[in-house]
Amino acid sequence: MDTATAVDEMGGDMSQTVATEGAFDHEKASQAFVGKVGEIAVDNPRMTARKVNVYYGEKHAIQDVNLDIGKNEVISMIGPSGCGKSTFLRCLNRMNDTIDICRVAGEIKLDGQDVYDKKLDVVPLRAQVGMVFQKPNPFPKSIYDNIAYGPKIHGLVSNKADLDEVVESSLRRAGLWSEVKDYLDQPGTGLSGGQQQRLCIARTIAVSPEVILMDEPCSALDPIATAKIEELIDELRENYTIAIVTHSMQQAARVSQRTAYFHLGKLIEVGNTDDIFTNPSHKLTEDYITGRFG
Amino acid sequence: MPNTVLILVLLGLMAVAYQLARKRSLGVVGGGAGVRKLHSLPSYYGFYAAIWCGLPALIVFGLWNAFQSTIITDLMVADLPAEVRSLGQAELGLVVNDIRNLAEGNITSGEVSPEMRAAADHYLSLEQTSAAALAVVVLSLAVLGTGLAWRLVSPKFRARNQVEFVVKGLLIISSTIAIFTTIGIVLSVLFEAIRFFEMIPFTEFVFGLDWSPQMAIREDQVGSSGAFGAIPLFAGTLLISFIAMVVAVQIGLMSAIFLSEYAGKKMRAFAKPVLEVLAGIPTVVYGFFAALTVAPFIRDNGSLIGLDVSSESALAAGLVMGIMIIPFISSLSDDVINAVPQAMRDASYGVGATQSETIRQVIIPAALPGIVGGVLLAVSRAIGETMIVVMAAGLSANMTANPLQSVTTVTVQIVTLLVGDQEFDSPKTLAAFALGLMLFVVTLALNVIALHVVRKYREQYE
Ligand SMILES: Nc1ncnc2c1ncn2[C@@H]1O[C@H](COP(=O)(O)OP(=O)(O)OP(=O)(O)O)[C@@H](O)[C@H]1O
Ligand SMILES: [Mg+2]
Repeated sequence: MDTATAVDEMGGDMSQTVATEGAFDHEKASQAFVGKVGEIAVDNPRMTARKVNVYYGEKHAIQDVNLDIGKNEVISMIGPSGCGKSTFLRCLNRMNDTIDICRVAGEIKLDGQDVYDKKLDVVPLRAQVGMVFQKPNPFPKSIYDNIAYGPKIHGLVSNKADLDEVVESSLRRAGLWSEVKDYLDQPGTGLSGGQQQRLCIARTIAVSPEVILMDEPCSALDPIATAKIEELIDELRENYTIAIVTHSMQQAARVSQRTAYFHLGKLIEVGNTDDIFTNPSHKLTEDYITGRFG
Repeated sequence: MPNTVLILVLLGLMAVAYQLARKRSLGVVGGGAGVRKLHSLPSYYGFYAAIWCGLPALIVFGLWNAFQSTIITDLMVADLPAEVRSLGQAELGLVVNDIRNLAEGNITSGEVSPEMRAAADHYLSLEQTSAAALAVVVLSLAVLGTGLAWRLVSPKFRARNQVEFVVKGLLIISSTIAIFTTIGIVLSVLFEAIRFFEMIPFTEFVFGLDWSPQMAIREDQVGSSGAFGAIPLFAGTLLISFIAMVVAVQIGLMSAIFLSEYAGKKMRAFAKPVLEVLAGIPTVVYGFFAALTVAPFIRDNGSLIGLDVSSESALAAGLVMGIMIIPFISSLSDDVINAVPQAMRDASYGVGATQSETIRQVIIPAALPGIVGGVLLAVSRAIGETMIVVMAAGLSANMTANPLQSVTTVTVQIVTLLVGDQEFDSPKTLAAFALGLMLFVVTLALNVIALHVVRKYREQYE
């Protein structure tokens, strides 16, 4: 598509923010980036990030990132360790709020609603934008309770049978059911690293979030379990929006429609996955995907 | 040489021994470059020499001082005139005391006879000889030890292992001292308690409903039956501890949650130490507060709404005791709540839980074993508390569940049983030991449970 029109279309709802904040000109800012990094905008965006800057105290971890995440799209984020992929992902559902020293500037919208609006309640936001963390973090509860936790607090189920149903289907879809079906009352912390990772994926999809942020969901998984998760991602894409951070180029190529390459806190290049991997326009991207980085 | 000077000289010698051996160890391998040829680091050779210099000398020093006074006295008594020596034990003791006082320049009880003057001079000279001999023995032992260690220094010599052996020995001795003290306390209480149970049947003590420990000393005394049923005391203890725990657990836990989850960094840095000050207030002061402020307040307000409140009430003591133990619960709970990893909170927020849901369903369950440990510690403290109860809850052993009445507790009774008594042979005084034993068993059981819970807590999450 023509990027210029996309930016024009967005100009409408952006002028509001300019009026209230008056800090910078979003339109100009995004236009300046379009040429450099590729198609940051999509036809039907689910989430839009403009001029996002993140600071950990003095450290400037994310610099001027502009990115759209489209409906029914899987976008993968790649880049060397420490480049800010997790940081950016955590901005999208405001998980960075829990870090005292972290400060986020810029604008992030979910369906046109500013998620950093002071009046917005983060609780429903996080129910809508679910997250699988980089480090598996099961609760020290039973496997069953780990999955049941979300559906219970949101009142998604009315009786025990429904809850059993949700737990089983979530575990099945994460490819963990056959391994744990006889041990549902054992603590989730007693599982192996890869099992914990799938448990956390199951826990996230159990509340059916509309946007799912996955931070290296397969980092500890064997090829079979990985294939299972990639299958899940494909299946979820029909209804949901997914952003996945991965260190595996093959995985990015397999599951995602768009790929974003981050480098030292900057978004260097974003575009169709096929284009990025076959014909990267930026030298840094090329070096990274061909393994010449560092 | 006075003992302090002797010790200082010995410490100086140890420092010298350390330096000498350290230098020598480097010397035998040809300076700093050869250090790798040594079995141990040079400082271990130094420590080894210092140990040989100090340890034997210190042991002799300790033994000498422990026995010196007895031996000198015996020597002096042996030189006393025969007619004095043939006096009875008690009188001889008095004479010896007088002589010692005379020697030390204190006032004596009777006339100073020339014999006594001579004996005192003898005593003094013996003391001086002993001190001089001690100095000679200790210092020569130190020098000998240093010499021995010095000779042992060689590249093959395993100085580190030897030093570690000695250090391990010291550690073992320290820990056994603590253990033996505990065993000693238990045994002493146990033996006295057994004597008590020889006079009063165990069942009567444990199941009796009547506590009135005054014994008739003369036949015709009235109103002193001597009933030793411990149940009212334990009931009183239970009642007051229960009230205290109700206050402390609620306030303590809530403030811990506030401090760790809601309060900002500055608020926390200010409020936590202030809360902990509560633990530093002497219990006597809490006692004043309970007796002079809280108890009258409860009584006056109670009579306003037509309640009959005695001026010393379990409620007053319990409330104030509860305030006293708040920091035990709040501080420990705050620590365990803080120890719950941030990843747990993230996980909960990540599926869209609110802060209160996260606290109730994730953080408290994860911290629960630690919180229970803190609560049990606080219970032990409440059960053992005496001062507040004496001052605010009274001394009468009432069997009641009404917090507005005056009750008494086990520890209070122990104190009143023993105050002013020196002879431990009547059931009245021995009852104190039986009560102490029971109390010890109860608190020990609580502590074992607490330890067990805390150990389990460690296995919760890595
Ligand atoms: N909690 C934090 N406090 C301070 N600095 C942080 C924190 N988290 C991340 N950073 C810094 O922000 C930068 C980006 O970190 P981030 O975790 O986003 O990297 P990443 O791209 O996810 O790396 P990886 O692939 O290793 O997970 C790093 O330089 C890191 O030092
Ligand atoms: Mg990361």
